[in-house]
Amino acid sequence: MSTDLTVEASTAPGVQAGIEETTAPAEAPPTRRTSPVLRTLLAKVAPMFAAIAGLAALWYAVTYLVLGEDKRFLLPPPHQVFGETLGRPEIMQPMLAALWQSVMVALAGLVISVVIGMAWAMVMAQTRLLEKVLYPYAVILQTVPILALTPLIGIWMGYGIAARIVVCVIIAVFPMIANTLFGLQSATAPAHDLFTLNRASRLQRLLKLQLPAAMPAIFTGLRNAAGLSVIGVIVGDFYFQQGSPGIGGLLRVYTLRLSMEPLFLAIILTALFGVVVFSAFAALDRAVIGKWYGER
Amino acid sequence: MNTTTTTATLALSGVTKRFPTGTTALTGVDLSVDAGEFVSVVGPSGCGKSTLLRLASGLDEATEGSVDVDAGTTSYVFQDPTLLEWRSARKNVELIGELSGLSKEQRRRAAQEALDLVGLTGFEKQHPRQLSGGMRMRVSIARALVAEPDLALFDEPFGALDEITRLAMQTELQRLFRLKGFAGLFITHSVAEAVYLSTRVVVMSGRPGRIVAEIPVPWEFPRPPELRFESDFAHLVGQVSAALEEHA
Repeated sequence: MSTDLTVEASTAPGVQAGIEETTAPAEAPPTRRTSPVLRTLLAKVAPMFAAIAGLAALWYAVTYLVLGEDKRFLLPPPHQVFGETLGRPEIMQPMLAALWQSVMVALAGLVISVVIGMAWAMVMAQTRLLEKVLYPYAVILQTVPILALTPLIGIWMGYGIAARIVVCVIIAVFPMIANTLFGLQSATAPAHDLFTLNRASRLQRLLKLQLPAAMPAIFTGLRNAAGLSVIGVIVGDFYFQQGSPGIGGLLRVYTLRLSMEPLFLAIILTALFGVVVFSAFAALDRAVIGKWYGER
Repeated sequence: MNTTTTTATLALSGVTKRFPTGTTALTGVDLSVDAGEFVSVVGPSGCGKSTLLRLASGLDEATEGSVDVDAGTTSYVFQDPTLLEWRSARKNVELIGELSGLSKEQRRRAAQEALDLVGLTGFEKQHPRQLSGGMRMRVSIARALVAEPDLALFDEPFGALDEITRLAMQTELQRLFRLKGFAGLFITHSVAEAVYLSTRVVVMSGRPGRIVAEIPVPWEFPRPPELRFESDFAHLVGQVSAALEEHA
């Protein structure tokens, strides 16, 4: 036994390393270590920056390699778009004011969509009959082209902010209705049995079972509705221009004037707005639902 | 479900259950469970065991016959723990008190006692996804016991558990039965589980389910886990299995 141990000790890598250290102290080259926080951050933002860089490269390629010099005004290169707009208050001030106006309209439309959509779904979830009666109207709202409704909305609501909000709501409400209804109906049969056995009222069942069970689906609806409310506000701005203009209104003005640099900046800001709204709800989703169901 | 003055906590008389599809799940079932009894029901798949339990709980109504329950409170343990994912273990147990209108303090105290009883002290704040299968089932049993039931109905609660956890849960349930003194009706596919847990084993035939044998289990409680390895136990398991095979 003791012999075995001696043999093991003399051949053990750690011991050999120790001997080497005493005879010739190794000077290990200093290793550069990235902190875990930095690594996580890099892992998260690197793909995003890579995508932006890829898009910019494609943009430059189309501008300089595809378009001839006489057509280059159709797609001015990124540095020209930013260079000729960002430093000019006469362009930026009205654009930011219009963007703010659109943000407010989109948020108002989103809030109304959430309230109407969830209430609509909660009513439908009560009985199959109510679902059969009310669901077709939600589908109609989704399928009728919004452009076909805009004249009517203008006549009824005027051509200002209220009409823009209505357009937003019409576009954004369907995902809230559909997802909330799906979520409310997702509670399992045994869970319903549990509530039945304990003589739960309809309200208790809704508040303590159906609504919490619906939360993942509601958040999916919220993310979709948030994205659609941005589309809704651009459409609304485009057609209803009474009152202070929104970013959609400016898009129209820039298009008519062929002011390509401001036009592109307005498109970029609108897209950023959509991304921010979507990401905010995705983060909220992870914070709330992730706690219950694990990482999503 | 009628409530009548009868000595039995649960009494089913001439119960037949036919579904709207025309399928007859149960026919002419007579079964009673007295206070202090723990009755297990075994039978082939699809013989109507779960239907029997749904009728006993009032979740479903018999087509013919009567179901009489003489119990202040009836609780039900599902096949799946049926926990609400968004609630912690304690909040899941507290749910029963919330639905019956208990004060926050009352239901919290009752939930804590029930969780302590099933050995989940220290896991109150964990969400279901953070618990093992056995622990989730313990929460489910705590939720059933929190209302201090006179009659407890179990729909194959240990069917999805691994063998070791299952044996541990059987010992646990036996302890709780002795401690709380509820009348129990327990559905299972495992003949050994039925014999180990019960004062009486009821054997059902294949569909349409009817009761073909009632076999009393002689051993007093508490029953040691080693009982499962004794020849008398094996003999009784064989007797129940033979009745099952004969009428499958």
